[in-house]
Amino acid sequence: MKYHITTNQAASVALSDIPVVDYAEFYHDVDEKLRNDEVHIGHYFAHPEKGEQLRMICLLLNDKTGQILITSYVVAYYDECELPSLTARHAEVHPFEREITERYGIRFSDMPWAKPLRFPFDRFDKRSSMDNYPFYTMEGSTLHEVNVGPIHAGIIEPGAFRFICNGERVLHLEIALGYQHRGVEHAFTATRNRLRQMLLSESIAGDSAIAHSTAFAEALEKLATTPQPKSKNLEIERVVALELERMAMQIADTGALSMDIGYQLGQVACEALRTVVINTTQAWCGNRFGKGLIRPAGTNFPLTEKKVALILNHVADVRRRYHEVAEDLKSSPTILARFEQCGIVQREDMVRIGGVGQAARAGGLERDLRTTHPWGAYRTEIRHERIIEQAGDVMARLLVRCREVLQSADYIKQLLTNFKPEAQSPKPDFALKLKAESLSFGLVEGWRGETCHVVITDSEGEIAACRIKDPSLHNWLGLALAVRGEGISDFPICNKSFNLSYCGHDL
Amino acid sequence: MLQILNFILLLLVAVSIPGVINRTRARLAGRLGIRFTQHLRNVGVLLRKGAVYSPTTTALFRLTPACYFGSALVALLFIPVGDLHAPLAFKGDLICFAYTLAIGRFFLILAALDTGSSFEGMGASREALYGALVEPALMLLFGTLALLFGYTSFDDIFSAARHFDVQLTIILLLMAYLFVRLLFVEAGRVPVDDPRTHLELTMIHEVMCLDYCGVDLALIQMGGWLKSAAFAVVAANAVAMPLGYHWWVVTPLAVLLAALPIGVVESSQARNKLSRNTTFILTIVAMAAIVFFMGYLIQQNIQI
Repeated sequence: MKYHITTNQAASVALSDIPVVDYAEFYHDVDEKLRNDEVHIGHYFAHPEKGEQLRMICLLLNDKTGQILITSYVVAYYDECELPSLTARHAEVHPFEREITERYGIRFSDMPWAKPLRFPFDRFDKRSSMDNYPFYTMEGSTLHEVNVGPIHAGIIEPGAFRFICNGERVLHLEIALGYQHRGVEHAFTATRNRLRQMLLSESIAGDSAIAHSTAFAEALEKLATTPQPKSKNLEIERVVALELERMAMQIADTGALSMDIGYQLGQVACEALRTVVINTTQAWCGNRFGKGLIRPAGTNFPLTEKKVALILNHVADVRRRYHEVAEDLKSSPTILARFEQCGIVQREDMVRIGGVGQAARAGGLERDLRTTHPWGAYRTEIRHERIIEQAGDVMARLLVRCREVLQSADYIKQLLTNFKPEAQSPKPDFALKLKAESLSFGLVEGWRGETCHVVITDSEGEIAACRIKDPSLHNWLGLALAVRGEGISDFPICNKSFNLSYCGHDL
Repeated sequence: MLQILNFILLLLVAVSIPGVINRTRARLAGRLGIRFTQHLRNVGVLLRKGAVYSPTTTALFRLTPACYFGSALVALLFIPVGDLHAPLAFKGDLICFAYTLAIGRFFLILAALDTGSSFEGMGASREALYGALVEPALMLLFGTLALLFGYTSFDDIFSAARHFDVQLTIILLLMAYLFVRLLFVEAGRVPVDDPRTHLELTMIHEVMCLDYCGVDLALIQMGGWLKSAAFAVVAANAVAMPLGYHWWVVTPLAVLLAALPIGVVESSQARNKLSRNTTFILTIVAMAAIVFFMGYLIQQNIQI
């Protein structure tokens, strides 16, 4: 079968260069490709084209070769036909097929989990709503259902968790999201103001502001009609920002895990450390979450001598103190008793659901875009060493966090020690001319995992569609698998160990 | 007159324990901490509030806070502080104490089931299990007291004049230790339960009170303090008996014995996995059985 083969560094591709195949061929070949552990689905969505047809575009990522395979097929808008479902063979396709069905009414036959995904405002079937969500049920006099949410205690976003339990033991967990109806993807096309689009990308998921804005900025820059001069400083600054975000979030999650088991020392120590990291980001760009830092083709906050020294100083301090906390966590028997052998997701399950990011790496699945599909400074300055744990339990996910914080600190140190502030990064260009009728993507390994933005332009070179994929989309199913067979009282720590995004899912 | 002093001291212990726990935890976490009387002010706010009731609940639900608080208050009346006399004493009040507390627990469990919430049902099932497991430990410890001193009333036991040798002192210290451990279970503190958590799925005691607010919640919270005070004073009595046995020794001792271990454990240790709680409680039962057996041996030796 024909694919357009590209990499994470290549420029955009004209829509006409993406091969169009018929569905039978697509089905067989994607099925074939996904059987290989090294290939996973990066994105798969429907794009309405002129005329009355939908162009289904699919991105496959090969972890071994670093290639990205793009292919597509076409379905007429009012086709009543049912396409055979890929989900039936590869569970990892489920969110994408569900989204296509929900948004455009294209049905897939023998779809094993035909449920709405996120109830967008422009969904095909307006009658489908949260009130008639088809929850999975089991019958039995010894079983009981526990529904948690959609409104939670504390500062958590909305999402319903329905447990089917036998006593304290969880037999099944179903996670129903889609309470937010934000229309993010629509908002990208509703404005032509580049700055507004950048601001939108920062607000997709507040805890991954840098990952999402980097992905969007990368996608834009690839589309530029005049090739952008490579600025080494800009590339380094983006990586430093991303690694700072990773440090902050992994530390915060270490603290949150400590809190959920009532371990006060770990909690307060990590909260204090996270504050140091996000305050460093604030000292750099004025916002603790790095909003405003990533801009297309440049930056408003080039690093100066002083800021470099400040970042190096704080990061070294955090690294040292966090190391102590991590050692304490790893050597406390009461903590190990809670985290070990709890919420296990084995490698084969992670492969089946297409798990990404640190949750996948904790289960032994070596998926990390920084190594497999490097971009920017990850290609030129750093040789990223993936951090892998095998156990797949809560402890493994915590250990990956602990090690990644130290690694990120080392990367920041390495990148900034030889940093030359004189060679200033360019100013952002909000009037960037984009190629018409083209597709480009930004693939960024955020702290949570693979973040993908696909931008498609229309005939005038304006954004016709921005299709976003947050890593949570893959991993929510992993959480559901993790709690199977566990005590229901261990759900909170399993949940925290994944720490998935609700808003990243409810676009 | 002295009995009134006794009762006032008991109340003083009850309101001081949460304050000292908060202080200990704050200091160990490197914080200044909330003010010492914050919990009293919180309850004061609750007492001034009205209550909202779910339409699924019945009169049982409204009756429960009073029963819970009342049972804890009555149980507290049996406890003498040091050399003072308990306001209420009769033969067999050891048993009465245990089952007065059990009445409160029974009502709380029923009220939790009454709400029809799946969370509260889970909490009720956990509370019932732990209540049942705690009971043998309590009975064995009270049995040991009765065996050693020959009385079945707290007041008689703790005012009985005896010669305290090393053996008896060790047994009493062990008993005090077990009472403090039981206090962890009864008061729902780490490692058994975590009163600070916001996660309904992991709660035991707190989840049963989720549907209460205002005055009702205040009564349940105060009932909890009284219950803790009863255990703390019994433990302090056991420790102080062989040493100086005065009310002004026992009162601060009771507060420290209860609050310091709780504060320290809560700052330095993680909670148990829920399934490990049964092991935790059964360990107390096993140790109580050993104490009882040792008490029996000592008692035999002395008579022979």
